[in-house]
Amino acid sequence: MSFLDDPQVRRNVDRLPIEFDDYGFDRFGLSKSTVARAYSPMAHAYRRYLKVTAFGLENVPAEGRALIIANHSGGIGWDAGMILTSLLLNDDAPRLGQGMAEYFLTRSPFMRPWLRRLGHLTGLPEHGEQLLHDERLVVVFPEGARGAGKLYKDRYKLVHFGTGFMRLALKTSSPIIPCAFIGGEETFPQLYHIKWLAKLVNGPFVPVAPQLIFLPLPVACQVYYGPPMQFEGDGSEPDHVIQQYIEEVRHSMERLISAGLDARPRSFMFERMPDPKKEHRR
Amino acid sequence: MKILITGISGTLARGVAYRLTRRGHQVIGIDRRPWPDVPEGVEMHQVDIRKRPAEDVFRVSRPDALIHMATVTHFTTDTEERYRINLGGTRKLFEYCHEYGVKQAVFVGRHTVYGATPDSPLYHTEDEPPLAGASFKELADLVAADLYAGSALWRWPELNTAVLRLCYFLGPSRGGTLAGFLSKSRVPLVLGFDPLYQLMHEWDAEEAITLAVEKQLRGVFNVAGPPPVPLSTVCEATGRRAVAIPGPLYPTVLGRFGFPYLPDDAIAHVKFPIVIDNKAFVEATGFEPRYSAKQTMEGFRWN
Repeated sequence: MSFLDDPQVRRNVDRLPIEFDDYGFDRFGLSKSTVARAYSPMAHAYRRYLKVTAFGLENVPAEGRALIIANHSGGIGWDAGMILTSLLLNDDAPRLGQGMAEYFLTRSPFMRPWLRRLGHLTGLPEHGEQLLHDERLVVVFPEGARGAGKLYKDRYKLVHFGTGFMRLALKTSSPIIPCAFIGGEETFPQLYHIKWLAKLVNGPFVPVAPQLIFLPLPVACQVYYGPPMQFEGDGSEPDHVIQQYIEEVRHSMERLISAGLDARPRSFMFERMPDPKKEHRR
Repeated sequence: MKILITGISGTLARGVAYRLTRRGHQVIGIDRRPWPDVPEGVEMHQVDIRKRPAEDVFRVSRPDALIHMATVTHFTTDTEERYRINLGGTRKLFEYCHEYGVKQAVFVGRHTVYGATPDSPLYHTEDEPPLAGASFKELADLVAADLYAGSALWRWPELNTAVLRLCYFLGPSRGGTLAGFLSKSRVPLVLGFDPLYQLMHEWDAEEAITLAVEKQLRGVFNVAGPPPVPLSTVCEATGRRAVAIPGPLYPTVLGRFGFPYLPDDAIAHVKFPIVIDNKAFVEATGFEPRYSAKQTMEGFRWN
């Protein structure tokens, strides 16, 4: 590990409940040194630039399988990055969130090995199952690209959820931790999508925000984790049962989102939201 | 047990023969190629598996078990000949097994039959279909042979058939597909890709095949050792220089500039991983690899 690595990131990567081989790889090709290298600038952005505060991290288990189900927003994936960073920077129990990547990302050169080294595999149900059976923490955005590409006028409205994550949770009897990311819509308010360019680069959408570049505005963001939800079943339930379970998850996410939106004094907030627990401890 | 090994002059097969004789089994070998210093206790027949004398070996010796390793993977052999040996040969042997009362047949195949595609999952299980034939013409005959051997399970239920899908192996004999890929000092990688490669020590592979016969395995099994490592790490640990070549140029450099020769379709195997799940095999045999990936690769360093 290099001296450029952030000390907190390096410390927490060493404490991850993941088995690494002689070369610092796990059985899925996740690389310890790449994780430390990639999360170091992310940690910087987390603390200084997007000034993220995480609430309810005690709901994330210190080890063992779990699914984190979060709302997607902000177009260019910074919300995912900040959620993952909040999990790693949790000094009480650092975890590495592993995502299910879009097919178009894992088909492209450079992106594919890079994502693999960070622990993000192609979004196949088999991969979700393998990771959960290996007692990993899987982060899922059930809205998919549709959610990330929400326009500013539709901010914080949850779009249609896929059903895959619920069947996965039931099949592997993993708890579901609802998660809300607040601030993503303001950091990158999407006004318009360039459809022809998206077609050209084979991506789902190309958003345009007032800042015109693919960098978020320095708006303070918050992450809220809700209490774990365990559902009964084996994944072979009929669709209406699955849909009912999904509605429950959706409701708890909506509650987290509205509580989070109410908690901040204004939407374009540029100073960090204080965490009462942490302030008290200090 | 009286065990017949076809393709006994191959690197892996010789090791299996040594192991079996050491454990008190009687070994009979068939191969077109000679084995000059054949050890004591091994009865060697230098014949072609598709010809009459091979059937005579079955008729006269009446083996209890067959280990079928007479498949060609050298891409220099032309397609028709490979079909004749790999598919035709396999078919003949299974028919002899049925006819001459062989109780156990082990077909040693390769894990590459699953095929390498960008959207296929890691850790293939045995119930997934082998798809390599679609994208890699040179593997179609091996896929067919693998499936034919598997069909013996319902065709002749009294014959205990085991189809092994073995991952890459490396060892002092310098035999095998991966050893061929690493045979030169420079190894061609595709720019922007670094797939996971699953490899095991040659001696562990021999042990796994031996176990399959001794435990009278039945069914299709993936055979692998330690967890996979990225190809760039394989090159580094074996002391080879990995050279990243842009995809469109890749077929042009193969066989030139000190790079090994590969068929055009093999490029997918250098871009995308084929990783297999060996849980079923481990549960059935209690197999435990003796050598880690690091030991295997570093042992290959000076080869």
